[in-house]
Amino acid sequence: MNPDPVVPQNLPDDTPVDLEGAFRDSRIQEVLDQLDRELIGLKPVKTRIREIAALLLVDRLRKGLGLISGAPSLHMSFTGNSGTGKTTVAMRMAEILHRLGYVRKGHLVAVTRDDLVGQYIGHTAPKTKEVLKKAMGGVLFIDEAYYLYRAENERDYGQETIEILLQVMENQREDLVVILAGYKDRMEEFFRSNPGMSSRIAHHLDFPDYSPQELLSIAKLMLEAQQYHFSAQAEKAFQDYILRRMQMPHFANARSMRNALDRARLRQANRLFARNQARLTKKDLVTIEAEDILASRVFKEGMPDEKAGAKPGAAK
Amino acid sequence: MRITQGTFSFLADFSDSEIRAQVEYCLKNNWAVSVEFTDDPHPRNTYWEMWGMPMFDMKDAAGIMHEINQCRKAYPNHYVRVNGFDSTRGWETVRLSFIVNRPEHEPGFHVLRQEGPGRSIRYTLHSYATEKPKGERYK
Repeated sequence: MNPDPVVPQNLPDDTPVDLEGAFRDSRIQEVLDQLDRELIGLKPVKTRIREIAALLLVDRLRKGLGLISGAPSLHMSFTGNSGTGKTTVAMRMAEILHRLGYVRKGHLVAVTRDDLVGQYIGHTAPKTKEVLKKAMGGVLFIDEAYYLYRAENERDYGQETIEILLQVMENQREDLVVILAGYKDRMEEFFRSNPGMSSRIAHHLDFPDYSPQELLSIAKLMLEAQQYHFSAQAEKAFQDYILRRMQMPHFANARSMRNALDRARLRQANRLFARNQARLTKKDLVTIEAEDILASRVFKEGMPDEKAGAKPGAAK
Repeated sequence: MRITQGTFSFLADFSDSEIRAQVEYCLKNNWAVSVEFTDDPHPRNTYWEMWGMPMFDMKDAAGIMHEINQCRKAYPNHYVRVNGFDSTRGWETVRLSFIVNRPEHEPGFHVLRQEGPGRSIRYTLHSYATEKPKGERYK
């Protein structure tokens, strides 16, 4: 129905190439800028994304000149502690790959072991295939991928999932991109026990933990998105909060910030009620005061507010 | 005799890229696509065997094309059709259905006449293929 565009053959070596124009047309800069704006830190990750974007763009230009351009393997692994932005970046990645024409639809299907592995013999293959079919044309994001492989149980159905995944990752590269995510040490162990998986993944991206300063910027961005802001003292208090919270167990980077802010909003609401003030202004409603933050158990008892602790690695 | 059932049945058989374009059209309209097969070509045979479940929540035709090809591989000499089911309220029905695979040789039908009371004649169709049991037709 759609005949392939005529590809010129044997163009002279000095054929001009409009890299800048192609870059503009792909509107990739918008996505990269958005990435810079909305994601604090993550320098190595951003660099790698830029590199991948450049590779795909050059590839597309090569194709336009009739040069060989095999579809590069773009399966990735994202490693890093919880709350470092793996899921968020995966979502952006789907969009970037879509803009560069590498994936056709650019949606993200996020799954964990439960969505892939069945509960009885013969259940796993259809379940995995179902998920793979849904992810085709987009990106399949497997969170905590190491749970797929259980070294202690060789009859675990996870092995079946891995085999199907490997096959699709190899044979249907143009149909979907697989991103595996999880903690660094456990992912490394996973790759050691599944060398086939490791060799099919071209890009290993490591997500570093955030510095206190970055965490503060993230918190401010989050507040801004919810149309709140810190008072000057509150910001100082929150800086202090971050430093203390980072030393405590179950610290989950940006996710801990989100939780802390949610609780600060709760206290703020409570405070506004308790003051029983007849005249509140808009300013009262949008400002988080220092006392909203200082009331946290992080300051009082030296332990995190969440009793059970943040669920490690859980995707929101 | 070439069977003409469903949409596009008076056109030449679709190529894979044409089938894919139709599937993309279904997905664009949020229809659930399903694959079905049969070896009973009678026009009143509406309930074909399902090749797996209807595929909801699909974004791209690649997965569906895969199922179509699997079904053709398993039943190269059966009729295989692709349905687009619209679940929106008020429609709740198949909106598009077309044959994507047919046996190489289609023997066709003959007309059966039955004498009714008062010299009336009742007509019905009989497919030559169904003279053999299910699964052995179209070898």
